[in-house]
Amino acid sequence: MQSCKRATELMSQQLDRELSTSERLGLRMHLMMCRHCRKCDAQFKVLHELSSVRSQAGSERRED
Amino acid sequence: MLKTSRTHGLPDHAELQSRLEALRPRLMAFARIQLGDPVQAEDLVQDALIAAWEGAERFTGASSVETWVFGILKHKLVDEIRHRRRELATGFDPDDTPDIDGLFNPRAHWLPAARPQKWHEPEQACLQEGFWQVFDFCVLHLPESTARVFSMRELMGLETAEICEALGITEQNCWVILHRARLKLRACLENGWFGKGEQNNAVL
Repeated sequence: MQSCKRATELMSQQLDRELSTSERLGLRMHLMMCRHCRKCDAQFKVLHELSSVRSQAGSERRED
Repeated sequence: MLKTSRTHGLPDHAELQSRLEALRPRLMAFARIQLGDPVQAEDLVQDALIAAWEGAERFTGASSVETWVFGILKHKLVDEIRHRRRELATGFDPDDTPDIDGLFNPRAHWLPAARPQKWHEPEQACLQEGFWQVFDFCVLHLPESTARVFSMRELMGLETAEICEALGITEQNCWVILHRARLKLRACLENGWFGKGEQNNAVL
């Protein structure tokens, strides 16, 4: 099985690029087996979503 | 601390002014990370605060004042990064990344103390007073080059290709930096916010 460290690399990269099919499958397998990584995956996504709340704010009111 | 808002969630002028002023140090910290030069950072932050002040009547209250002002600063920073790419890469060190060895055992599985814990109401966080303060504390405690890449990607919403181009680094560099940033940030937020229920400001 993939290591947790490698799984966290893929969890992070899936937020920045499209994973290959084998990377995606490997990550999915790992997540089925590992509850710690499931939490980490969810939390990376929360960070990404919370950040985008802030990154989108102000876009509708660009001052010129 | 937060006075009840009036029409459309907008605080009165005196309160708005004091809240904008209170945000200045954190706005400055972000601008300085991106631009390097404190004088230029200060100019840009000043512009953003003035724009926020002048546009106050257009503020709908859909986001907090803080999120809104950061949004204005973000646009100014993105413009600056696009105009001055490469020039801004000077002094950027892709190896200035946090150490993550303390999180994993020699077989690269989580050490018990580093295992992610359950987070309390994560989706509510951005609506709560004080959350962004803790969030920024955690980002600004990353090594400077790491904080810079993380904010370009997540807070300014730039694609990694554009970040690499602006900083003169490879996408591989970028992914390594973002991975370490996210691991450190999730641990910092867990300590400072999500793990502690009511003691939200403990980290500060």
